[in-house]
Amino acid sequence: MTKQVQQLDRVIIRFAGDSGDGMQLTGDRFTAETASFGNDLSTLPNFPAEIRAPAGTLPGVSSFQLHFADHDILTPGDAPNVLVAMNPAALKANLSDLPRGADIIANADEFTKRNLQKVGYDVNPLEDESLAEWRLHSVPLTSLTVKALEEFDISKKDAERAKNMFALGLLSWLYGRPVEATIKFIETKFAKKPEIAKSNVAAFNAGYNYGETTEAFSVSYEIKPAPLSAGVYRNISGNQALALGLVAASVQSKLPLFLGSYPITPASDILHELSKHKRFGIRTFQAEDEIAGVGAALGAAFGGALGVTTTSGPGVALKAETVGLAVTTELPLIVVDVQRAGPSTGMPTKTEQTDLLMALFGRNGESPVPVIAPATPSDCFDAAVEAARIAIKYRTPVMLLSDGYLANGSEPWKVPAQAELPDISVEFTTAPNGDDGTTFLPFKRDAETLARPWAIPGTPGLEHRIGGIEKADGTGNISYDPNNHDLMVRLRQAKIDGIDVPDLEVDDPDGDARVLVLGWGSTYGPIAAAARRVRRGGGKVAQAHLRHLNPFPKNIGEVLKSYDKVLLPEINLGQLALLLRAKFLVDIISYNRVRGLPFKAEELAGVIQEVIDSE
Amino acid sequence: MSESLNGKGLALVPKAEGKQTLKDFKSDQEVRWCPGCGDYAILAAVQSFMPELGIKRENTVFVSGIGCSSRFPYYMNTYGFHSIHGRAPAIATGLAASRPDLSVWVITGDGDALSIGGNHLIHALRRNVNLNILLFNNRIYGLTKGQYSPTSEVGKITKSTPMGSLDKPFNPISLAVGAEAGFVARTIDSDRKHLHSVLREAAAHRGTSLVEIYQNCNIFNDNAFEDLKDPDKRDVITLRLEHGQPIANASQAVRIAPTGGLEVVARDSISPEEILVHDVHNPDPSLAFALSRLDEPAFQHVPIGIFRSVDRPSYDHLMSEQLEMAVAQRGPGDLDELLQGGDTWKIN
Ligand SMILES: Cc1ncc(C[n+]2csc(CCOP(=O)(O)OP(=O)(O)O)c2C)c(N)n1
Ligand code: SF4
Ligand SMILES: [Mg+2]
Repeated sequence: MTKQVQQLDRVIIRFAGDSGDGMQLTGDRFTAETASFGNDLSTLPNFPAEIRAPAGTLPGVSSFQLHFADHDILTPGDAPNVLVAMNPAALKANLSDLPRGADIIANADEFTKRNLQKVGYDVNPLEDESLAEWRLHSVPLTSLTVKALEEFDISKKDAERAKNMFALGLLSWLYGRPVEATIKFIETKFAKKPEIAKSNVAAFNAGYNYGETTEAFSVSYEIKPAPLSAGVYRNISGNQALALGLVAASVQSKLPLFLGSYPITPASDILHELSKHKRFGIRTFQAEDEIAGVGAALGAAFGGALGVTTTSGPGVALKAETVGLAVTTELPLIVVDVQRAGPSTGMPTKTEQTDLLMALFGRNGESPVPVIAPATPSDCFDAAVEAARIAIKYRTPVMLLSDGYLANGSEPWKVPAQAELPDISVEFTTAPNGDDGTTFLPFKRDAETLARPWAIPGTPGLEHRIGGIEKADGTGNISYDPNNHDLMVRLRQAKIDGIDVPDLEVDDPDGDARVLVLGWGSTYGPIAAAARRVRRGGGKVAQAHLRHLNPFPKNIGEVLKSYDKVLLPEINLGQLALLLRAKFLVDIISYNRVRGLPFKAEELAGVIQEVIDSE
Repeated sequence: MSESLNGKGLALVPKAEGKQTLKDFKSDQEVRWCPGCGDYAILAAVQSFMPELGIKRENTVFVSGIGCSSRFPYYMNTYGFHSIHGRAPAIATGLAASRPDLSVWVITGDGDALSIGGNHLIHALRRNVNLNILLFNNRIYGLTKGQYSPTSEVGKITKSTPMGSLDKPFNPISLAVGAEAGFVARTIDSDRKHLHSVLREAAAHRGTSLVEIYQNCNIFNDNAFEDLKDPDKRDVITLRLEHGQPIANASQAVRIAPTGGLEVVARDSISPEEILVHDVHNPDPSLAFALSRLDEPAFQHVPIGIFRSVDRPSYDHLMSEQLEMAVAQRGPGDLDELLQGGDTWKIN
């Protein structure tokens, strides 16, 4: 039977199942197939903080959403077109996100009386009319898998476990994905257990063939590759990009990287990734706590390393005093905060932009720190290199504000060649800098950057002491002189204020918009997608996105003042808005939602349109 | 391979050319402790000791926390880092782990090391990075003007404990032995010769060495160690620990008690063979721990000297070995290869 092939320009699929069902892996594989096919894509994993919540319950549902298209896209998509529900809990937890008319592929085998009861279904929704407004495909995924694997010498449990590969096979057929890489992946993953490897490949193929032959699916879909610019691409998550950015920063600065870190969601993957790259001379140190992590990084920086510490909000709170020490000793340091929902433990696996004010002001004393926020998962690479550039050039701690959405989300990344990366190398000071030619003044500053010399232990003749007590300008000796303190406070501030950051660019295709939508950090995708929607509907909106939150780009005041209205969506209660209002006296219109989730493009498009209409 | 550095704490630190003197290690900063403070004696002892090590001054770093004692680095003409309260072991760990060519010394107080920095101290000890930690124990918070500390005796009357402190103190030696420390010693500010002998061994130990230095704070806790200095009492109280020697003084001796622990008895009440012979290299920490408990109740009999000196590979060295191994197995890192790793695809 030949089946109809329908052309689509984009699809949003959400895989949902129990934490133990392997949905993240399934999603990852489908993403890899999609990437290698050449679609543009964006992903959003969503999983519970508990490692294995009770099976079959709503808190145990884990999902993975993938948006892919034949054109460039900016977000993982607002609402899925297809939901793969591996059990009743997955259906129940996700149905409210699913627009009417969307496809549901449900694993009928798991809709047992017991599982239905666990989530409060009195009647099996696959069998009554409650899903009539959706296109329901009720497929006995488990039993089909077990049947396909009859001939293998594996336990029933292992056979049942392969059902996610059956589902992946089915979806791969449905969307015409290339399958070779997945088969290779399964073979490598289970290289030590050949029977499991073979049965998983068989389950995957069975799923694919099922799609081809069953009458339950009469149509398959084609989504053409997206016209991306020429180059080598890989799919990359924010945490991975950030880690690679740090490796690149180490290579480009010619400084050995020292990471001091304490595990915390959602930042731990950076520690894991960097721990793999010892060949680059990278030392990763799992400390006893966050304070020790940043302390060790700072100690290493004193010794001439590129000191880095990675954490999430609760860890930044602990590190505050040491970051202050780095501010006053003027040593390079990178502090990565992968923000998560707070306060306190909050919702560890959910995203938020609520640490901005802590990053800027969360220390005692006048303690200015540059702050950089990447806009997309792959941008975490460039942001890490930029953070290192500033830290090294200006001898200052730098805060890099990623978040849970960037950390775990992924997108295709055009891989740069090393030759395209900036040279951020530095010369240690090796000779006395005093006017007499023999003394060393550890706090004599560079006239242009105001950076102090970086003379590392092992350098003869430059022995000196630094510390947290106020230092005399120039000599660095302990000083309690009031005027000296005032001078040092101002010098440290002036150094940060003078950092060279690029101007804020505005995207306004027609050039006559009167409303500016501004954002920072991970809201870039949803805001840009929303602006496109508004423009498609005839609305005029300009868009600008801040990457440097301290210091701000020099032209920001001018940009803000040249629009009638400035709309600022943030996943907090208006932290950047507070700053901009205070600094530039601009009446920012805030839009704030703090749900632990990224904005939806449709939602923001509505908000933008409202502001335009109110003109 | 890691074993080859055992007992060579300074093996990777470059040697000084020419002879150094005490003066070379004095910085130009005016020393600002209270007149009569025990810190002066320790500073002088350390300054006069450093030339003996024969290492480059520029490869020596003193890292401290906060407290009177932690001002120490400012007075040493070496590299120095006066950091924040309790965190010196963490900062020194990053420095020493990334720079095996440095001789790194941590200066800390009883409050700095055992209160706010307790967590870093125990982890530094078990981790065994090549550090020398000098813990100035004056059994009081000096810099904050005299509150009781985690080594103050129960019932201590201070401004914050006008009716006496309630909590049992730490015994720093017991704590260190319990925290897997490889080198643990005790000395006293007033005995320069002994201080030198302990510092010598601490520097030679590759790994973390903890040296508790009894230090008199003549302003807030004067005479805390007076009995150990009083010519009439000191020889009765002090038990000098020397490797291979019986643990005894003229009147007292240590033996294994019938209960299995250690006890101090009148020397003439037992035969010489019964006296415990000190073995600093005993891999089993039980006896070192039992020795550390002999000054309960405090200052009846106080062991002074090296309790334990047992080698095991240092963390910094093992860390360097892993980096070397990674390069040996797969070659040095290549950035282009790394960035283009994983599943890539090409668009023309
Ligand atoms: C975070 C922080 N908390 C408290 C203090 C105040 N403080 C400074 S030194 C000190 C205690 C010092 O006692 P100790 O370590 O025994 O040193 P000493 O002055 O006796 O040498 C305290 C509580 C501080 N500097 N920083
Ligand atoms: S307060 Fe005590 S410890 Fe501090 S300097 Fe004075 S005497 Fe020394
Ligand atoms: Mg003290």
